[in-house]
Amino acid sequence: MNNLLSIITFLPLVAAAVLALVLRGDDLAAQRNAKLVALVATGATFILSLLILPGFDASDTGFQLVEEANWIMGLKYKMGVDGISILFVLLTTFMMPLTIAASWGVKDRVKEYMIAFLLLETLMLGVFMALDLVLFYLFFEAGLIPMFLIIGIWGGKDRIYAAFKFFLYTLLGSVLMLIAMIYMFVEAGTTDIPTLMNHSFGSETFSLLGIQVVGGAQTLMFLAFFASFAVKMPMWPVHTWLPDAHVQAPTAGSVVLAAILLKMGGYGFLRFSLPMFPVGADVMATFVLWMSAIAIVYTSLVALVQEDMKKLIAYSSVAHMGYVTAGIFSLNQQGVDGAIFQMLSHGFISGALFLCVGVIYDRMHTREISAYGGLVNRMPAYALIFMFFTMANVGLPGTSGFVGEFLTLVGMFKANTWVATVAASGVILSASYALYLYRRVVFGDLIKESLKSITDMTTRERAIFAPLVIMTILLGVYPSLVTDIVGPSVEALLHNFHAAVPAEGADMAMTSH
Amino acid sequence: MSSDIQTILPELLLAVYAMLALLVAVYTGKDALAGPITWITAAVMAILAVMIAGGDGATTAFNGMFVDDAYARFAKVAILLGGATVLVVGQDAMQRRGLLRFEYPILIALSTIGMMMMVSAGDLMALYMGLELQSLALYVVASLNRDSVKSTEAGMKYFVLGALSSGLLLYGASLTYGYAGTTLFSGIITAANDGHVGMGLLFGLTFVTAGLAFKVSAVPFHMWTPDVYEGAPTPVTAFFATAPKLAAMGLLARVLFDAFGAAIADWQQIIAFLAVLSMFLGAIAAIGQTNIKRLMAYSSISHMGFALLGVAAGSEYGVQAMLIYMAIYLTMNIGAFAFILSMERDGKPITDISALNQLSKAEPLKAAAMLVLMFSLAGIPPMVGFFGKFYVLNAAVQSGLTWLAVAGVIASVIGAFYYLRIVYFMYFGDEGDGVDLNMSPAAWAALMGSAAIMLLGAINLFGIEGAAAAAAAALVN
Repeated sequence: MNNLLSIITFLPLVAAAVLALVLRGDDLAAQRNAKLVALVATGATFILSLLILPGFDASDTGFQLVEEANWIMGLKYKMGVDGISILFVLLTTFMMPLTIAASWGVKDRVKEYMIAFLLLETLMLGVFMALDLVLFYLFFEAGLIPMFLIIGIWGGKDRIYAAFKFFLYTLLGSVLMLIAMIYMFVEAGTTDIPTLMNHSFGSETFSLLGIQVVGGAQTLMFLAFFASFAVKMPMWPVHTWLPDAHVQAPTAGSVVLAAILLKMGGYGFLRFSLPMFPVGADVMATFVLWMSAIAIVYTSLVALVQEDMKKLIAYSSVAHMGYVTAGIFSLNQQGVDGAIFQMLSHGFISGALFLCVGVIYDRMHTREISAYGGLVNRMPAYALIFMFFTMANVGLPGTSGFVGEFLTLVGMFKANTWVATVAASGVILSASYALYLYRRVVFGDLIKESLKSITDMTTRERAIFAPLVIMTILLGVYPSLVTDIVGPSVEALLHNFHAAVPAEGADMAMTSH
Repeated sequence: MSSDIQTILPELLLAVYAMLALLVAVYTGKDALAGPITWITAAVMAILAVMIAGGDGATTAFNGMFVDDAYARFAKVAILLGGATVLVVGQDAMQRRGLLRFEYPILIALSTIGMMMMVSAGDLMALYMGLELQSLALYVVASLNRDSVKSTEAGMKYFVLGALSSGLLLYGASLTYGYAGTTLFSGIITAANDGHVGMGLLFGLTFVTAGLAFKVSAVPFHMWTPDVYEGAPTPVTAFFATAPKLAAMGLLARVLFDAFGAAIADWQQIIAFLAVLSMFLGAIAAIGQTNIKRLMAYSSISHMGFALLGVAAGSEYGVQAMLIYMAIYLTMNIGAFAFILSMERDGKPITDISALNQLSKAEPLKAAAMLVLMFSLAGIPPMVGFFGKFYVLNAAVQSGLTWLAVAGVIASVIGAFYYLRIVYFMYFGDEGDGVDLNMSPAAWAALMGSAAIMLLGAINLFGIEGAAAAAAAALVN
């Protein structure tokens, strides 16, 4: 199986094509078939993706299972995984069957819904496996199309505003990255990612429109990529599309958005920004650290005053992504390991939290916090699961949330004590908003008339949460499951990074004399 | 002499066919024959395209006035195939609206001969002849719907502004002739090579470029486009949006490289200016449009800006990028117009965008095809429209025009908004009066084929790269 990665990537696409071309009708049986096809396809993709693991050697920091073929314009179709990307691939394939299962209640245009999600899975997997700049951009950008449709067709009341905002915001970020990619193509003569990682782009300071650009072309390219990934992450202050998109998207859309799509930004920093523009990244690192610290505190405060459950969790996501960017730009082993860990753990936890909102939204059709209260009286199982993920979100030791936050904070502390101090206050704030939300929704007396007949979770819903609970605990108590895989790759990445920075710094010093 | 005839054989054949068809139609069935003539014209054009595609090498005829090289052949094949497809696609719609006169296919054929002349021009006279043949036929076609005030107005407007542009072009041509001493491109380029390009020649260059910019509808010479697109019958608009655009762009590059190839730095700034203005005005002005034909007009202005980006690069790669961009643009627009010309309500054509409300429920397949085309026009990967943009941006960056590329992508984000609006109406819109899509099999095939090409082209662009590279190499040497 020397094209395993392509098979994994395009299996959902094939399933989507089958749905589009073969399945006819819109009666209940057809809807059921569409759901089954999607579930089987995503499940099969997950099982296939597990086959990557036996052949994967974590101590080898290069790309593995590489496939290569010629494409147009001298570009290459090249796929591969390393210690950093493999876990994102697994996260994607793991979350997708759960997402499909969580959408069992969709009644409107079921076939199209499933096609959109299957397309999205192919594109997300492609992002994490692509080893050619343009191929990466293709997958990265194409993902906007299904997500635009998911929000726009199956979303809430203000879905159109949210869909447009989501699309145009992310597109504007990405096109600047495209220009930087073209520049790299012209400059280095290749779009092969492994080659570009070893290519050192110009970093001599020059002046542009009267402004001295420290770090030269590398800084400009870093900023171009940053524009894209910062929007995707999203980082404060370009995060405002996320709460809108989350609130309006259907539950499954929110889960995919939070669990996987947001991770593309962090992955991009690790795959492109650090290895390819080390000088630029070094120049900008302090700036990004402070932006992350502000993001953590600011968005946590915003989360405290939200009236809408999804919006609250969305802001909490932005805050947690702040730990990720801060961890990455700490530029040390703990920070970067922690950032990757935090991304994976946030994938499970925020995904689960959105599913928790979905469970009660399906019953009451409102996300207003004030419409709930006292749910524990009629939904004990729900209260337990919601409690578990609230605690994990806060970073309770024993859950994966703790490991991620702890590692990134250690990394930050080593890089910049002040940033770590500010960011650490976010831990307290996250406890405030998460527990405050939990108290208002679950505890208290059940006084609302409309809630008197609410029912507890069904077996299907419990089954969806089970794997997420297991993963959250497993990673919480046995974190080396992740760090063993990412460790060597991150070490190599940072080694190359620090080798490039002082060397080029010395060059600059020499040329300036 | 006989070798000259050999070189222009495709043009001759098409001309002879057009005359014969005209005679036969006039003396026999007249409009009753319009349907068959349309199909036969399309078939003749398709056969000629195959014939031209088989040619190789570079030959000139009539002492260099007419050039047949890989560049001309690429453009001609695209023009002929595009024209033939539009004829076939629009035939049914013209028939239903009572506009299918026998002159229509014949005028299109004549205009096509003009376009073929344009891309093969090796001399200012040949250039003007081709351009006028093309334009005169199109003025008539624009006002084909004689009973409609709008259609007549469109024809009139097109004619007056076209005459103005011809005037500019001729003025420029006369200056060029005066300062270069010849009308042959090969002579002009040597005149420019002697030392530097003189002021007189520069004026000539500027006016010729301005005249041609009218034809490609680049800003600030674009004003006629929305009105003519809106006023002309939709199948005719489909034609305007496709083949003539490619011909005009082909001619522009031909003149700039063959005649003024020694003054690239001089015209580069003009073209870059036209490109930036076109990309932004096309993107911004389209936002407020409610008429889909006007919207497509602004969309085409914006797309011409992107194609000019390739020309502005001033390199062989830039020309290749422009040709690929134009070929992709042609394919996208044929599909989009196949959709637009079938939009009807109670048997009457409608062009209001909001009529597309909830189309995806009534016509899921056609709506999906249009969705693909819209994303492709917006330049979102993996649709082929993205690769067109990628090509021209790449060419611009290679030539050191990074600022132009940055402007281009920002314009493309603004432009994405109005393509998304069409998707929004089709997929997210509220219930409305709706629209009937009355599609002939040919239009259906064009829509689906075009959408399929946009999706599958990402695999290898159907090998068009090699042909475009050869064409660009023939032009820039």
